[in-house]
Amino acid sequence: MEYDVIIVGGGITGAATARDCAMRGFKTLLVERGDLCDGASGRNHGLLHSGGRYAVTDREGAEECIRENRILRRIASNCVEPTEGLFISLPEDGLDYQANFIAKCREAGIDAKAIDPKEALRLEPAINPSIIGAVKVPDASVDPFRLTDANVLDAQRHGADVLKFHKVVSLIVEEGRVKGVEVLGHNDVSTKKIYAREVVLAAGIWTAALAEAAGVHIGMMPSKGALIIFGHRVARMVINRCRKPANADILVPGDVVSVLGTTSDKVPLETCDDMHATPEEVELLLREGVQLVPSLATTRIIRAYAGVRPLVVADNSGDGRSVSRGIVLLDHEERDGLPGLITITGGKLTTARLMAEMTADLLCRKFGVNRRCETAEKPLPGSDGRKARFEDPVEQRAAIGRHGGEVSKMDFSQGREVLCECEQVTRAEIRYAVQHFGVRNISDLRRHTRIGMGTCQGSFCIRKVAVALAGELGDPSLADTFVKEYLQERWKGMTPVLWGDTLREGEYMHKVHSL
Amino acid sequence: MQENNISEANLERCLKCNLCTLVCPMMEVNPEYPGPKKAGPDGERYRLKDPAYYDYALKYCLNCKRCEVACPSGVEIGDMIQLARIKYGSQAKRKGLLGLRDWTLASTDLVGSLSSPFAPVVNGVLGTKPVKAVLDGVLGVDSHRTFPAYSGQKFTSWFRRQDQSAFDKFVTYFHGCYVNYNYPQLGKDFVKVVNAAGYGVHLLEKEKCCGVALMSNGFAGKARKQGELNLASMRKAIAAGEPVLTSSSTCTFTMRDEYPHVLGLPNDDVRPSLMLLTKWLYGKIASGEVKLRFRKDFSMKAAYHTACHMQKLGWEYYSIELLRMIPGMELTVLDQNCCGIAGTFGFKKENYVHSQNIGSKLFASILDAGVNTVLTDCETCKWQIEAGTGLPVLNPVSVLAEALED
Repeated sequence: MEYDVIIVGGGITGAATARDCAMRGFKTLLVERGDLCDGASGRNHGLLHSGGRYAVTDREGAEECIRENRILRRIASNCVEPTEGLFISLPEDGLDYQANFIAKCREAGIDAKAIDPKEALRLEPAINPSIIGAVKVPDASVDPFRLTDANVLDAQRHGADVLKFHKVVSLIVEEGRVKGVEVLGHNDVSTKKIYAREVVLAAGIWTAALAEAAGVHIGMMPSKGALIIFGHRVARMVINRCRKPANADILVPGDVVSVLGTTSDKVPLETCDDMHATPEEVELLLREGVQLVPSLATTRIIRAYAGVRPLVVADNSGDGRSVSRGIVLLDHEERDGLPGLITITGGKLTTARLMAEMTADLLCRKFGVNRRCETAEKPLPGSDGRKARFEDPVEQRAAIGRHGGEVSKMDFSQGREVLCECEQVTRAEIRYAVQHFGVRNISDLRRHTRIGMGTCQGSFCIRKVAVALAGELGDPSLADTFVKEYLQERWKGMTPVLWGDTLREGEYMHKVHSL
Repeated sequence: MQENNISEANLERCLKCNLCTLVCPMMEVNPEYPGPKKAGPDGERYRLKDPAYYDYALKYCLNCKRCEVACPSGVEIGDMIQLARIKYGSQAKRKGLLGLRDWTLASTDLVGSLSSPFAPVVNGVLGTKPVKAVLDGVLGVDSHRTFPAYSGQKFTSWFRRQDQSAFDKFVTYFHGCYVNYNYPQLGKDFVKVVNAAGYGVHLLEKEKCCGVALMSNGFAGKARKQGELNLASMRKAIAAGEPVLTSSSTCTFTMRDEYPHVLGLPNDDVRPSLMLLTKWLYGKIASGEVKLRFRKDFSMKAAYHTACHMQKLGWEYYSIELLRMIPGMELTVLDQNCCGIAGTFGFKKENYVHSQNIGSKLFASILDAGVNTVLTDCETCKWQIEAGTGLPVLNPVSVLAEALED
């Protein structure tokens, strides 16, 4: 059994790369150690950048963003909500930065328009009323879980194989060439070898260790970013601060919540497997966030979390934020004399499709074939323009909002009952996730449905969900373990914000489930 | 910062404990209704994202506020649902004849003014089988329902001929539509009781329907106008040192709580002086200022039903204790159950069955109590309970009036 390409990493980069490779006709395998979106892809803002944030400091990145922004609105209409965005200037920011910002946006092709502060407040009443300037940009909200899922589904529909819950323990290096990967499944005791003509590392921050094991050094700088989730939508648009990029200056409306972030701190590589936000980070985020939207000070925080940006130190080094977040495509044959291995990293959620295109182009050159990239033209599964409408049955609307046209694969006649009430997840949607994404537990189920992500964090519904999921998986005895594991995982995010209503919720959760 | 980060957004206080779901009378009989938690704080998060998530089934909310009474977190669930209906319900607003029906049911003042002069004719015609069939088939007013009869003489016409000049202390009476157009006797009883307490009665300079029917039928704009007018009149009375007293729990609740919460009309200055006669009177008697003398030969075996809005006000105690002061009154206080009518709700054909199913528990408990009269502070409960049990239903004010020594 040999593949053309094995892609390591089931985040958005790996998923998009798998899709592109499969569409170009390569025999493709995507390997992921856990579930899709288990790393940084599931721990970010969910912001579809207009490029505005990078316009002043990184022209190339800004141009990539706006190009991809337009493409994703088209091909991933189901995952993208065209909220638009504002860059607001507060009195202490002055307006000098704004002038330069607009000029730089225009140079990068971003439609940035200065609007009157009064008009900005009318468009978005939640923003700080003391603003002295505002610029409207085509930012949007994007659901990273749905975008990754859609890429994986499309890859599969174009013939790719997906191997989740399999950790790559080493790269197979034979005769001076990477020939495949050695994997260990979650339920396995022994490893197995899978061969391919090329291996692509798309494992985010975990790429460094994988490459190192094959004797290749990639200087990676793990940069921790903490974010907090507020219980409902306080603003309709993406709100940015119009100043030199800093902490906590972006608020994104994501699905039915608001996400504020982020921080940027260098952390040791070995801590990347257990990232959580600290109370100090929450304090900092909140202190800055209220400058953007004052009502955040009195809005319930559901949880806090953190992800790790896989920043790459250029071969002749840099430091801190000055490290470019640009796309890094490494051909290790050329760079290190190790054929058969490619690394794709850096970049952003917004530019993942482009990263995939660049990788697949390189693979085409290596395989000596000439196949055009079609990922920017073909819509992703679910993105057929289907939106939740008032006319739709009420219990289906949330599922339509999440999965678009994919709802046609859900059987609501056998499962219209809502099991997770905060996020309105029905049994039909759970069954769909089990069938299409091979979930093992409630955390997996959450990534593919939003189950348990709402205000109650599972307090009320999680037992129903556990019983339903255990039933779908054919082993009812799993339910108790599901509940315990899931609530432990939720606690991790609730602990740094345990006050006010979230503390009350925590107490309620504790009593109901006798933790 | 963290100590200050306490949620102000009411929907976020919800812990999803579902106590509200447990007490919702509609939940028990109608599987189409999502229940207060889903319709209120859960649904609100989605409506904030996109109005397309508005659930038409919110029309089933009785606005009984039992959910709010039950909520341990102080979530204003009923208000949230009412506001959602006003804000998003327009996409589901009924057109054509059902729209006309809703408008007619809501316009208590106008329809009352037009009907009173022709009361015998209107009452006769509305009660006939062919008219009921038309109302049912064309307008969607259930044929099991009989509209409360219109009175030939309005309460205000009667009151104008009453001499209250002998008193030196006064209260102002907000009589409401039902007393004015349908049941002036309750107004007359009100005047009798207040006079017996040593106070004279004034009416408001101008009075309009409190607006509850307008709100529940989707005419918030008109309700707001009427509310403004009522509040302005009340402020004048209060400035003259008179409390504004009422005899209907729903009108009172609407003007005290729904005005600020649902219509956005601030009324902090009016609220302390706006109350039911029974609450005011109980206070006067308890403080020793007023002493009522009752007949020795009065006898009644009655059951007291706490109307939903009375429960929300938390004032049933006052009515019950006053009734217990009457010698010869044998009073059973019923368990709190919604009667199911919820104002104009139960008149609509599509709601009739739900309305009866909700009421059935209450009807059974009344019939079990072995009483000959039912007492309640709400006029729409009265219609429902009379139809459901065949027993006469009176307002406590009328019973007090009847029991007073002449």
